Amino acid sequence: MASLCDLSEGERGRVSQIVGSDLLATRLLEMGLTPGVEVEMLGRAPLGDPLEFEVRGYRLSLRKSEAKLVTIEPLEP
Amino acid sequence: MALVGNPNTGKTTTFNALAGVRQRVGNYPGVTVEKKVGFARWGNVRLRVVDLPGTYSLAPRSIDEMVAVDVLLGRRDDEPMPDVVVSVVDASNLERNLYLVSQILELGLPVVLALNMTDVAEQQGHKIDSKKLSRKLGIPVVELQAHRRRGIDELKAAIVAAAQASPPEPANPLPPAFQNEVERLSRLLRSSSESNNGHAPGGAPLPRYLLERLLLDTSGYLQRSLLPGEFMRPAADAIEAARKRLAEQGLPVPAVEAMARYWVSKMLEGTVDRPRQRLLTLSDRVDRVLTHRVVGTLFFVLVMALMFQSVFQWAVPAMDAIDAGVGVVGNWIESHMAEGTLRSLLVDGVIAGVGGVLVFLPQIFILFFFIGILEDCGYMARAAYLMDKLMSRVGLSGKSFIPLLSSFACAIPGIMAARVIENRRDRLTTILVAPLMTCSARLPVYTVLIAAFVPQRSMLGGLVGLQGLTLAAMYVLGIVMAVTVALVLKKTLFRGATPPFVMELPSYKWPSPMTVISRMIERGWAFVRRAGTVILAVSIVVWAALYFPHDKERVETPFAKQQSRLTSALEQLDADDPRRERIAAELREVENEILSEYSRQSYLGRLGHAIEPVVRPLGWDWRIGCAVLASFPAREVVIATLGVIYNLGEELDPTDREAATRLQTALRSATWDDTGQPVFNVPVALSIMVFFALCAQCASTLVVIQRETGRWSWSLFTFVYMTTLAYLAAWITYRTGMWLFG
Repeated sequence: MASLCDLSEGERGRVSQIVGSDLLATRLLEMGLTPGVEVEMLGRAPLGDPLEFEVRGYRLSLRKSEAKLVTIEPLEP
Repeated sequence: MALVGNPNTGKTTTFNALAGVRQRVGNYPGVTVEKKVGFARWGNVRLRVVDLPGTYSLAPRSIDEMVAVDVLLGRRDDEPMPDVVVSVVDASNLERNLYLVSQILELGLPVVLALNMTDVAEQQGHKIDSKKLSRKLGIPVVELQAHRRRGIDELKAAIVAAAQASPPEPANPLPPAFQNEVERLSRLLRSSSESNNGHAPGGAPLPRYLLERLLLDTSGYLQRSLLPGEFMRPAADAIEAARKRLAEQGLPVPAVEAMARYWVSKMLEGTVDRPRQRLLTLSDRVDRVLTHRVVGTLFFVLVMALMFQSVFQWAVPAMDAIDAGVGVVGNWIESHMAEGTLRSLLVDGVIAGVGGVLVFLPQIFILFFFIGILEDCGYMARAAYLMDKLMSRVGLSGKSFIPLLSSFACAIPGIMAARVIENRRDRLTTILVAPLMTCSARLPVYTVLIAAFVPQRSMLGGLVGLQGLTLAAMYVLGIVMAVTVALVLKKTLFRGATPPFVMELPSYKWPSPMTVISRMIERGWAFVRRAGTVILAVSIVVWAALYFPHDKERVETPFAKQQSRLTSALEQLDADDPRRERIAAELREVENEILSEYSRQSYLGRLGHAIEPVVRPLGWDWRIGCAVLASFPAREVVIATLGVIYNLGEELDPTDREAATRLQTALRSATWDDTGQPVFNVPVALSIMVFFALCAQCASTLVVIQRETGRWSWSLFTFVYMTTLAYLAAWITYRTGMWLFG
């Protein structure tokens, strides 16, 4: 299963599920990463981590370890 | 009325626009949440405005997050339930903002939606039909551009109108199956409280919103805090069973809440017209550059260097001016009052203490000026984004970078800046290690001792000198210790799951001068008001310990004969006699010796003698011990105290080259009372420097830690761990040094 972590710059994906039910998963959901929503990967920080995404019209930064929890279906550009 | 909203929505700007400069800032007791209250007027109605901390969700998972929910539900004794809730939302980011709004609507309070930053939304091509939005949500919607004060009057009018109207029906988007489970839990708790002689859990029956949260909160925090002992087990089982039933119906907790609430995006259809293709805004283009691998990093280093340089250097003229001002007032009092205890108390206790408080203001103002700009324009989040990888190695996040960097100038503003870190464990770790960073107050201690005892030898073909290397080593020591302590704290006291980093990167905008300035003033004022009195008290106590018992007869009699001989000799000589100068110098020396004798006879001096066995393993004599004790209010005091103890008088200014040289000569020639061997050598000097690199000899830092954490125990903890660390490291340094050079 692909996750947000696998997207490279400019690629898009549709969220299928958030893994886990803990604090982190709740937080990701609250920030709008719900099943069905489209996400675009915008870039990564100069040190390689965290990553920057666009979701629901705003920019969200996630660590790689956090992006791994969001499984997606890749979308054609 | 209460203000609620996501971070970066201009909530603070709205608060400032509503309440003006008349604000009261404090802390809710027992937590680290800031309490901001202001007053506004509309016609003959006076509005009391409470600014609640910015949040993405009203889902409490810690006591800090519970505050906002408790205020809104009227569950706090120190804050009445608001009549109206104003929800500030970012018009260019409605979808995510409405998540919080949907939670607020469940509380059953009158709500006014303040649609802020409509200008930004328009630039991005969003067209919002606020009338339609108002009809769909069932609450009044006011368009607002808080930074231009546009729409503020309309907002006030809407608030007053909403307070008089009946509250809207609580809207609840959660599916019926979920509602049934809430009902079921409610019945269970009611029946178990009835069987318990009517004692409901936590006193009053829980509001429906909290019952819902009990079902949704997977962290277990609410179960622990809301359900007392005997209710805990059955309720926890019931909640577990309810979650299982919901999951079977395809409504898994916690996802069910987000899925339900983000249906709002469907509701927005027809009210918001968004461009199909996202416009590449100026903010996007700026961001492309500022997060670029090379350019972005360079820019970041530049901004940080500028900020650090200004706190470190630009504050100096203002600090010197404050010092000079304190000196002028002190001199004025000295020339207008008879010598005595009261004068000494005023000059050396009170005025010096007030100066010791005020002297921090320039650094606090400058740092918060920068932080205000960085935060308000949206770069702060980028700074955390850029530095996160580095800081996560220490177990912290990118948000700890600026507080720790600022601590290299001064730990006080650094600790105050740690408020941007939402996670309690990260914030406490940052606060507790910040004082280990080499602040500017340590520099005089280092420079005097290095110049006196570290030989001027150049190394690597003149590229670096041994003296400079020693200074650099002190900085490195502080950083290494801070990293170690942070790692240890995160593994022991603050153990737990890594807090989510998940952070919004807000759009760039021009900072609002009002927000930046009011923040600056608020921070400075909060420091003076809350920390000032304690710092003043500490400096008076230390003054008293150095002044009393002030036994004039005992101290001055042995010198009296010599003094009167010199005075009369001076009187007999002609005004232009060349011998005058020598005798006058001799007289000054006697006066300095008297002063020195007073400090030796003082309680602090006696204490210094008493603790000599404790400091002896570090290679220190009682004089050094005494000077270290006297430097509890502030590290740099140690130099002046050494000056007094070594008969150099009290007007010793370590920045003055000539005075520093005199002190260095005095230190070099100091001998042990019993053996006559020199006290100071390289290992002793290093041991003092290492001690000052790691100790907590700064009352102001300890006071600010109390203020920021809400507990004295954290100040005490900091003092104990740092002093222990300093002592051990100084001991190791001395022993190693003696083994190498001795």
